[in-house]
Order: sequence, then structure tokens, then C-alpha cells
Amino acid sequence: MELREKAKQLLESGDVKAVLGFEPGTHGARRPAFARSAARAERLVHDGEQNLASYVTRKEVKRMGRVAVAAKAPVLRALLQLMAERQIKEQDVLPLAVDAAGQVKELATAQEMEEHLALEAQAIPPADRELMDRLNGMTRQERWAFWQKELSRCIKCYACRNSCPMCYCDHCTMDCNRPQWVPVPSHALGNLEYHMVRAMHLAGRCVECGDCGRACPVGIPIHLLTFNAEESVHAQFGQKAGASSKLDYALSTFRPDDKETFIR
Amino acid sequence: MTEPFEPKITAFVCNWCTYAGADLTGTSRIKYQSNVRVLRLPCTGRIDFMLLAKAFARGADGIIISGCHPNDCHYTSGNYHARRRWMIYRNLMDFMGIDTQRITFSWVSAAEGAKWAELVNEVTTSIRAMGPYAEYKELAAAGVE
Repeated sequence: MELREKAKQLLESGDVKAVLGFEPGTHGARRPAFARSAARAERLVHDGEQNLASYVTRKEVKRMGRVAVAAKAPVLRALLQLMAERQIKEQDVLPLAVDAAGQVKELATAQEMEEHLALEAQAIPPADRELMDRLNGMTRQERWAFWQKELSRCIKCYACRNSCPMCYCDHCTMDCNRPQWVPVPSHALGNLEYHMVRAMHLAGRCVECGDCGRACPVGIPIHLLTFNAEESVHAQFGQKAGASSKLDYALSTFRPDDKETFIR
Repeated sequence: MTEPFEPKITAFVCNWCTYAGADLTGTSRIKYQSNVRVLRLPCTGRIDFMLLAKAFARGADGIIISGCHPNDCHYTSGNYHARRRWMIYRNLMDFMGIDTQRITFSWVSAAEGAKWAELVNEVTTSIRAMGPYAEYKELAAAGVE
């Protein structure tokens, strides 16, 4: 069934209070849209890039009641991870898995979401993969120079944080000024520390949607930092964020036989 | 005439093993290089990853992190959690181009006074050979801390 048709049906039956998808913006762009009536659902499209899961943890959205979300794989992973972290309840959202042809499928339970996700392999987009491999092939000094050049453009607008579905803390450590961990101005040191903190706080929780990189107004490939943290979690501990609605957070558990090579 | 470079090394150690170990080094009258500044924390699990970044930003040329051997943690599992955190953080730092050669992780128990002296000597020698951490110092100078 098409997204519009499904949305209309769900809204008319009262199953959901809103359908979260996209609508056409200016210059062919897509913007997120909440369809709260069947008439509004007429405008819905599914081919936006933003991760809509970042909206479902917001208070004003939670107050609406149950919402349906047009969901590609990263959105489903984000929703599962949010359930695992007890930020949303299974019955609060109704993911509508969208395939390439625009057909939607209702996934009413976390189990159905997990099964649906298991069908397709999760992979970092080829362009990002290439850049990551190029960075890993560089010498350390070259990597330092690369990141210093990139991060020098950061204006600390926190768009990366705000676009991230996993950054839902009411009181973010970035806004905390007593003690102030990370300097507020966007100078070189503060930028480095900010992006370091962001990546570490998302290690083992990042669902690899890449929305932080897309949200960046100056085009810094910051999503590579969280991808790196997420990859090293997966490579070393075998855990993957967004795979299940049961919490399996790599940094809050351990195995006595974790293998590292650097501790003397 | 400028003085020869002496590295500043910050050591984050846990209260129960390495701090006691370093104490043993002293009471055993073992001499070791005086470049190290020891910071005592309750547990390696308490050592936030940002403390390392802050140490570099405040002028450290090298860092030692040390605590109880696995299975010996006073709080049962703090060092296991810390180990996981370092496994991720070390990769991230390397990916961002921070010199992980300057950070030494070690397990030193309360009975290993000699190991502590050896560790500090080794690290001091290697950091002295590496020279000051100019990249990070330049970065910190740009900040208005």
C-alpha cells in the first residue's frame, strides 16, 4: 500500500493521531511533515533523507498520542534503540517501513521491526566508506591535519546534536556550565573536544543514519566519528546499536575476557 | 640558553592498586624519574575520557592510566568498564589524529612497586624522545581556557 493511502486509512480509523513523513519543500527539497488529518496526508511523500525518529522523543510529539512514522532502515534502528533505552514505548509509535518502490508495511511490534531489519544488511554508504578507508590509510599526522582543517569550520551550532535521534538528553553536557567540560566558543580546542564527546556518547548507540553529517551547515563529515566509534564497538564486542529493543549497550556491560592489545 | 626538554607526564591512577603501588615504590626506596604527576581517583572506572583530553590541553606531554589488574577491582568491575571505554576511545583518538603513543595504559597492583618505577621510567624516556606534544599545545593555545 502507498504511504498516502495508508496514512489516510490510519488517520480516519483513529489508530494514530499523526503520520510523520515528508512533504515537498522549496526547490524539490523534502521537509518533515506531521499529517494530522486525512486531507493533510494527501501531501505526504516518503523520499526525504532526514531521520524522523529524532522527533518521536520530543514532548510535544509524545503529547499527540500514537504516531505513525514513515521509516527506512536507519529510522527503524533508531526507534528500536530508543525503545531499548526506554525513551519510547512500543505502543507509542507505529513504524511504516517504506521500500524503494514507496510501498509501506506496518510493523506493529518491536519483534516485527527486528525481523524486518534482519532482511537487509546494514552498510555504511559507499562514499563514507571510501573516505573512512582513505583516512585510515593516512598517517596519524595527516589525519590530525585533516580533522583540524575540517573542524576549524565548525560553528558549534549543535545541529549535529539536535538532528540525532539518540541525542535526547534534557540536559546535555554541552549546555552544562558548572563544571564546564567543553568550552562554549567554537575555537579549535573546543571544537575538537565537542566532537570527541559527541562521538563517545554515541559509541555503541549510534544507528549509523548519518543525519549529523547531513545536518551540518558547513559540511564537516562528522558522522564518520560516530561511525568509527560504532564500528570499533561492533568489531571488538560484537554489539550493534538498533538491532533489538532489548538494551545491549556495550559500555554499560563488559566481559572479563575482553581482548585488548595495549594495556601493559 | 634554553633548558633541555623535560616531559610533563600526568598519571591517573586508582586509589586501591596503583596509588598504593606507587606508595610501595617510595617505601621500598626505589628511585624513579620525577616527571610524573600522580592524580589519585577512586577507580579506573572513574577516569572520564575527557580527563585525558583536558590533561593534554593543560600541557601534558604524556599520560599514564593505571589501575587494578582485571579481577582485582575494589569495586568488582570498575576496571572492566574502564577497559571497554579505553578500547573504544583509543581507536577514536587515533582516528581523530591524536597521538595514542603518548598514552600508556597499565595495570599495576599494590604489590608492584617495582613495576610502577619501571613503567614511569620507560614512559618518561619514550616521551622525552618524542619531544613536547606541540600539535596539541598549539591547539590549546588557540583556545581561551
